[in-house]
Amino acid sequence: MKNKATKHLNILAFLVIAFTTFNLHASSDAQEGGIVDTKAEVEAYILHHIKDSHDFNFFSYSDAEGVRHHIGFALPVIVKASTGLVSFMSSEFHHDDSGHVIVEQGGLRFAKIHSKIYELQAGTTEVAFDQAHHATNATQTLDLSITKSVMGILMIGLLLLLAFSSLARQYKTKQVPTGFGRVLEPLVLYVRDEIAKPNIGEKKYRKFTGYLLTVFFFIWALNLVGLTPLGFNVTGQLAVTAALAILTLVIYTASGNKEYWLHILWMPGVPYLLRPVLAIIELAGALVIKPFSLLVRLFANISAGHIVVMSLIAIMFTLRESLGVVGATSLSFVLSFFIILIEVLVAFLQAYIFTMLSALFIGMAVAEHDH
Amino acid sequence: MYNLIGAGLIVIGAGIGLGQIGGKAMEGIARQPEAAGKISTNMIIIAALLEGLAFGALFLGK
Repeated sequence: MKNKATKHLNILAFLVIAFTTFNLHASSDAQEGGIVDTKAEVEAYILHHIKDSHDFNFFSYSDAEGVRHHIGFALPVIVKASTGLVSFMSSEFHHDDSGHVIVEQGGLRFAKIHSKIYELQAGTTEVAFDQAHHATNATQTLDLSITKSVMGILMIGLLLLLAFSSLARQYKTKQVPTGFGRVLEPLVLYVRDEIAKPNIGEKKYRKFTGYLLTVFFFIWALNLVGLTPLGFNVTGQLAVTAALAILTLVIYTASGNKEYWLHILWMPGVPYLLRPVLAIIELAGALVIKPFSLLVRLFANISAGHIVVMSLIAIMFTLRESLGVVGATSLSFVLSFFIILIEVLVAFLQAYIFTMLSALFIGMAVAEHDH
Repeated sequence: MYNLIGAGLIVIGAGIGLGQIGGKAMEGIARQPEAAGKISTNMIIIAALLEGLAFGALFLGK
């Protein structure tokens, strides 16, 4: 029986390594065929990858005539325009990101400028720019599109739902799970026994374990998907990490007990004159600094990781002239291979730290002081 | 230019801090190997807090 579990773990490890090494090839393909040649273009490519996008692009290349081909598929654009919700496929922009292609839908005209959808004012057919390259006759719309990140979140959410509901169903008939559940069970137990229990306390941990497990697996899975050649950067989006941090904030603020609020607003054992000052500091700490540190840490770690990996891959283009094709490629391969292995570790570590700190903050809010 | 110097200073500070945390944790584990689990958990928490501070500063300086 033990061998079977090891086999599953081996397959998992193999998949992780295969995916990450494949990432190198796929990303290098993406750049090799393109116009990426100079430092500025490498930079533009990396910044484009870090941002969210309205279509799903695996790679692009230019053919002999210099025509750009994009391999991927379009995603739906849903925007709240002046007349209500409008939706169309992002392929109608034809990969234009500078506002030159105008899409007409429902009597309104739209343009895409730097990954943002703008609605043109009535009667105009072209976007006009001022000196600072801001659109003057178009307003930004409220964007509710299924972007690449939204698709990643939906995909991972569905996968986690399938994996964990099948694990939960197994416990109805047997004590020991089989299949992929055997990989998940120790992780669930780890989060419960090493993160939730010691930080929140024996009595109250059960209520919060569900949230901690969800956050842990959600972040970890999305971090790992970010290392695959699919090119997701979901946990490197400020909006996503901010939403996660706000969830933690709401949970520990809502479940804070009387003593928690007493220690924030009217700290006992401190001279009376100091108490209002301390209250301001403690309030700022509890409501702003804690969630801010959670969201910036995850965002910065994952984004920095992606930038480093892509910069190291780009070595084969930026240093091609001084090191030669073979030298630059092998240097870039060796460096990016080891950085990607470190990124696999970081993917787990960041999920662990986010969950750990969430548990710590919840634990502070529900702790019972005996004095 | 100045924000690059600032980024360098932040990294120097964070590096010293992380070195202190890691070094002291190693000393503690060497002295009391049975407390290794607890020490490393706390080490990771404090390292994460420090890292949050450093990243916050880098982010604001960008």
